[in-house]
Amino acid sequence: MNMASAIEVKDLQFSYEEQEQGQHIVFDGLSVRIGQGEFVAVLGHNGCGKSTLAKQFNAILLPGGGSVTVYGMDTQDESLLLKIRQHVGMVFQNPDNQIVSNIVEEDVAFAPENLGVESAEIRERVDRALRTVGMYDYRTHAPQLLSGGQKQRIAIAGVIAMRPKCIVLDEPTAMLDPQGRREVLDTVEKLNREEHITVILITHHMDEAARAGRVIAMSEGKIIADGTPKEVFRQAELLRRVGLAVPQTEELMLLLRANGIDVPADTLTVQECAQALRDAMRRLDPNDPEEKTIDAHHRDPESDACLQPADAV
Amino acid sequence: MTPIIEIQNLTHVYSPQTPFEHTALSDVSLTIDRGEFVGLIGHTGSGKSTLIQHMNGLLRPTSGHILFDGRDIWEDAAFTRQIRFRVGLVFQYPEAQLFEETVFRDIAFGPRNMGLSEDEIRTRVLRAAGFTGLDEAVLEKSPFELSGGQKRRAAIAGVIAMEPDVLILDEPTAGLDPSGRASILENIRSYQAAQHAAVIMVSHSMEEIATLADRLVVMNHGSVAMSGTPHAVFSRAQELAEMGLEVPCMTQVLLELRHLGVRVDPSAYTIEQAAERLLPLLKGGAAHA
Amino acid sequence: MLKDVTLGQFFPGNTPIHRLDPRTKLLFVVAYITALFLAKWFVSYGVVLAFLLTVIALSRISPKVIARSVKPLLFIILLTAFLNLFYTPGEPILQVWIFRVSKEGIVSAVLMMLRITMLVVGTFMLTYTTSPIALTDGLESLLSPLKRLHFPVHELSMMMCIALRFIPTLIEETDKIMAAQKARGADFESGNLIRRAKALIPILVPLFITAFRRADELATAMEARCYHGGDGRTKMNVLRFHRCDGAAAVVGMALLTAVIVLRRFGL
Repeated sequence: MNMASAIEVKDLQFSYEEQEQGQHIVFDGLSVRIGQGEFVAVLGHNGCGKSTLAKQFNAILLPGGGSVTVYGMDTQDESLLLKIRQHVGMVFQNPDNQIVSNIVEEDVAFAPENLGVESAEIRERVDRALRTVGMYDYRTHAPQLLSGGQKQRIAIAGVIAMRPKCIVLDEPTAMLDPQGRREVLDTVEKLNREEHITVILITHHMDEAARAGRVIAMSEGKIIADGTPKEVFRQAELLRRVGLAVPQTEELMLLLRANGIDVPADTLTVQECAQALRDAMRRLDPNDPEEKTIDAHHRDPESDACLQPADAV
Repeated sequence: MTPIIEIQNLTHVYSPQTPFEHTALSDVSLTIDRGEFVGLIGHTGSGKSTLIQHMNGLLRPTSGHILFDGRDIWEDAAFTRQIRFRVGLVFQYPEAQLFEETVFRDIAFGPRNMGLSEDEIRTRVLRAAGFTGLDEAVLEKSPFELSGGQKRRAAIAGVIAMEPDVLILDEPTAGLDPSGRASILENIRSYQAAQHAAVIMVSHSMEEIATLADRLVVMNHGSVAMSGTPHAVFSRAQELAEMGLEVPCMTQVLLELRHLGVRVDPSAYTIEQAAERLLPLLKGGAAHA
Repeated sequence: MLKDVTLGQFFPGNTPIHRLDPRTKLLFVVAYITALFLAKWFVSYGVVLAFLLTVIALSRISPKVIARSVKPLLFIILLTAFLNLFYTPGEPILQVWIFRVSKEGIVSAVLMMLRITMLVVGTFMLTYTTSPIALTDGLESLLSPLKRLHFPVHELSMMMCIALRFIPTLIEETDKIMAAQKARGADFESGNLIRRAKALIPILVPLFITAFRRADELATAMEARCYHGGDGRTKMNVLRFHRCDGAAAVVGMALLTAVIVLRRFGL
């Protein structure tokens, strides 16, 4: 990949002071680079350090050793603090605990107001941000009357009103129902695709991670796998060992392979999985009379692209 | 099977005779059998939470009856209070209820309210800690020092310690990572088996509920839309989709395969079941007969 | 349920009263209260009342709502009237046992009732027609000269804003915790005062703990959104006086002047 860096973490050291046990070391020499425009999912079990890492990205926490560079700015340079936070916005887990105002549009205006943006421009940014997340019609509502997914979209609007280049979302869907999760994920994907914002999504939902362009799996403050979702989820054993899971479609394929069936080990979506199974069945019987039904059924090119037989090890 | 809870024509209206009036449940009838594991599903606002809060008498029906062991739970005040202990309710994010100085004392809160002897309280706390996989060392700690997963267990133990005949849990695994989820579900199952208790679990994860429940109850717009085995419920994928609900991932794969022209029974919902259906098709022979 | 309690109620609308600048309304309320306290006799009260009724009519707030808002205060109003009725010395017209009612007593009781009711209704009109945010903004703007004296005006208004935002959340939280403890057999309704106070511990401890956690997370979220105090901060909605604010100022001055003049004549 040949893109400009959004975030560069070099040899990061970090530990929390604890009263009884002394120091709790979270990172001991962690390095990672995230390119501008990427959609990265950071996976890990509770307490693996993924949230601590997220807070390093916009200088809420500072390195104990090593460095974190955000768009060329060292997070330890205090004079750059506001600029860093304006470049890297952050959305947190609990939607209730990040909304400041009891009117939606006033809340979205909070960050630009802090940055001293001119009134007329704030208005413009707020309207645009609310339209982007699909909440413009709710601009004068009170946030406590909205659903979890809607509140989280307001929080996202509040961040994009700063015009950031990167958004870090720290388990934004952990407290939402399936409907809310879909809303938030769709919004995040849209920001990445249409607004070209770098997205770093911290999660422990495998199906969410599968939607990213790159997955970084963490355990005990270390990166244990880093690659495309397919590359990472192929390592099911490793993931299970650190308390993570793989998507169910992946589990199915692994079980079939264990039974001696030749199917690819890296299908992430339902469509991919079904298509791969269909292909495997067709291979058994090259004159499959039912082949026509496949053409009759619409398939989007994206899932077709993942079905190269060569993928099957 | 003998019923333990019978809900008869239950209707609940919030804030009646105000502009905020809202009918959360309308004419719900439902029976829960002893020892049964019921999965309660439905999207947010379908009436699940209102329904479960009626089962232990936290909410009073606007009309209709709730029978426990054949007796109306609102028959007399003493019985209503007994019901709180016999029908244990674990709310969503139950760790928000922890308040005592030690985990032990917090788990003991319910049994103490029951008026049990100190010895009995101690036995029950230890038993509940055993069911939820909490070490004895943890019991003497402050609940606020525990990790997220441990707090959740301690809170669930606080309800289990009352040793209810019916254990109701509202999304007990919300916000936990995969290994945390798996172990909490295992705890619940072991309690059910040991006490022959009925379990009613609300969940948004179809995969999770499908592997655990004997029966699924689907709520929609304040009524029971479906009730049956996971097999029967998930074979109505289209109707579920119309209610904004999904079918488990494996069912989705099999349904998709049918779209692709493969004749396969789509009602499997676990990975093992799906593999069982697929293996004959993938091993050649009578695949497309 | 606690949820049914309505705090800081605001009825959105688009009437001339709603459209007034919050600063105008705040100053107006000050003028109104001053007028009410300067009013001496029925004529002055009549003038102030006529003015209040005009505002109510203009704001289109239903009289039912206003009646409901006075209801909780009925006891205090009646008690004050009662005390005035019997403890005002003057020409006695009726005596029952040790209670003596004087003509002056009746007059002062009636005036006192009028004064309290009008005071309450008048200030409620402010909150009914002004959103809490606008009110906070208005207050911040009016108090801004105090910044020179290092009075934390911005911080104060930020605190008010956050408090308004979190009151409903905390009420909901309290309901949830109460339900969870009741499910474990907690009893909040029986026993003597000490037992009842003790029964609150299982609610208050978790409530405080979550409130502190919320505060902590909110502070982080605010920092992440570049909050750094009031310096260099701008506003999306800048308060601006319009022509109707000028008109309102004239009316307010007229009211105050009228009452002062009437007072001179003992009316």
